[in-house]
Amino acid sequence: MKYTKSTCVPLNIENVDTDQIIPARFLKATTKEGFGDNLFRDWRYDKQDQPIADFVLNQDTYKGEILVAGKNFGCGSSREHAAWSIDDYGFKIVVSSFFADIFKGNALNNGLLPLVVSEEFLAELFADIEADPSTTLEVDLESQTAWITGKEENKQSFEIDDYKKMCLINGYDDIDYLLSLKENIAKYEQDRVYAFNV
Amino acid sequence: MSNNKPRTLFDKVWDNHVVQRKEGFPDVLYIDTHFIHEVTSPQAFNGLRNRGIQLARVDQTWGTADHNVPTKDQHLPIKEALSRHQVETLTKNCDEFGVKLYGLGHPFQGIVHVIGPELGVTQPGKTIVCGDSHTSTHGAFGSIAFGIGTSQVEQVMSSQCTLQNKPKAMRIVVDGELQEGVGAKDIVLYVISKLSASGGTGYFVEFAGSAIQNLSMEGRMTVCNMSIEMGARGGIIAPDQTTFDYLEGREFAPKGEKWEESLAYWKSLPTDEGATFDAEFVYDAADIAPMVTYGTNPGMGVGVDKSVPTPESESDKKALEYMGLKEGEALIGKPIDYVFIGSCTNARIEDLRAVADFVKGKKKADGVNVWIVPGSKQVEKQAIAEGLDQVYAEAGFELREPGCSACLGMNEDKVPEGMYCISTSNRNFEGRQGPGARTLLASPLTAAAAAVKGHIVDVREELTTA
Repeated sequence: MKYTKSTCVPLNIENVDTDQIIPARFLKATTKEGFGDNLFRDWRYDKQDQPIADFVLNQDTYKGEILVAGKNFGCGSSREHAAWSIDDYGFKIVVSSFFADIFKGNALNNGLLPLVVSEEFLAELFADIEADPSTTLEVDLESQTAWITGKEENKQSFEIDDYKKMCLINGYDDIDYLLSLKENIAKYEQDRVYAFNV
Repeated sequence: MSNNKPRTLFDKVWDNHVVQRKEGFPDVLYIDTHFIHEVTSPQAFNGLRNRGIQLARVDQTWGTADHNVPTKDQHLPIKEALSRHQVETLTKNCDEFGVKLYGLGHPFQGIVHVIGPELGVTQPGKTIVCGDSHTSTHGAFGSIAFGIGTSQVEQVMSSQCTLQNKPKAMRIVVDGELQEGVGAKDIVLYVISKLSASGGTGYFVEFAGSAIQNLSMEGRMTVCNMSIEMGARGGIIAPDQTTFDYLEGREFAPKGEKWEESLAYWKSLPTDEGATFDAEFVYDAADIAPMVTYGTNPGMGVGVDKSVPTPESESDKKALEYMGLKEGEALIGKPIDYVFIGSCTNARIEDLRAVADFVKGKKKADGVNVWIVPGSKQVEKQAIAEGLDQVYAEAGFELREPGCSACLGMNEDKVPEGMYCISTSNRNFEGRQGPGARTLLASPLTAAAAAVKGHIVDVREELTTA
């Protein structure tokens, strides 16, 4: 993922918790696939499993690889299933003015970019999408900037640590990295300040 | 990396666990103890299989089954096929990889955050992780404990380390005397209501002050448990004599010479005089009333004697609509249908005793379902040994078997749609206790008092008139 340009799916709700993203009763799988079917399950389907017409994922008007959400997105449970379900559904980026910590880490560990923008930029983006659902957002990971197409003068820069950026751009894996540090870890165990009994 | 600069408890424990620190990279943090359970581990075990590797330090890993287990007839096979499959997968994985497992039927089985401390595995100065956000509970012992996602579970399994950016440090001081009927749960609900459900994001929080020091270990665990509910990575409390007394003699606590050595180390951990925090908040314990939540995140709480506040946003309005509550409506007197006393927040022996003390000689209100779900087999055994089961039976409270139960709507224990449940758990999110269920978070005492009256009451009044 270096550069993305896509229309957006707006979810203008604050404090979207991971129980809404993927309710606990759908966490029983033992593999990572298929969670997208149950993304936002209880907002998306009624009790008879029929699509709820006014929920944004059920509206043909809004499509795209970018989910735009209100602040404090992903709060609550640490379930990585939330990131898996968003990724599995087909989103590559989630935009919000604020993310919960664990969700942010989980998203990055699955190649899903949690993109933090200012409250003003978020409000403008929601307004533009509402006015014109064909509005596109462009995201350039290399330069760490995002802008609404046609409004290049108002570029938002966003933060991401160098390591995570390298991982996202190259599809690099944390575990490969940690396994390469095996000797350092063994040395730490030898030299540590205090070794616990269990 | 130590020098003479005063350091916080959090800094000391964190810095003692940094294997590698490099500019632009997250810290490589060594993990002393890794707890696993059936929900967030299967994909990580699959990852190890795909790489053809074993756990790096299997002796530092402990498993239990808690989220999916039924809390009735645990001796029978789990009825729900997917839950049964997940629990069986845990057993199979632990067998194959040699992980200690306290599964269903084992005398140590229980909610992962209840068994770690009661077995003495949770100790001051440790780093502890688990694929569960309420791992923050273990911080009550002066350890750095936090929830991780499944990718990180796999990191820890394969390397005993995880990549972490060091959070900022916050201190929350609660000084003074609590009113009678007000406890640890009320403290933490009060703090979250002040700071909001995201006010702690990016921080690790040290709880301090006389009201915190005066709490039992159970109470401290309740406070740290819910630190995640304000967005913090975790909570931490300085270890002291209360901590040491709790740990001494427990199954996996250090013994003999190692105990003495541990004590000396643990006593070096508390925050140094003059150490600074990135943010600090001070509250007066006397200002805290018994708390109850009225909305759909744990920050939406007020003193029980207050009314439902005016919504400040569309999200607030949506929350009140979901809860079937109106702005300005009094909370006292609100009828309830279910009472759930349990979860990693409030299912320890002290919680069960407080409930029994209160309900002794009383009966639950008609039409109210009351579930008491002990946090572990050991808590259940202790409760029965003390005769608490008799008190509950006489009151019409149902004592069930250990597990996460109605905290998360994942197992058989769910609150029906539209029903009100006063719950000692940690989350009042939409559908958390079952699709359409309405959760009111409160302390065990407030929940017990509501069970008796059939509606929300101010437990302080019940104690003075008793």
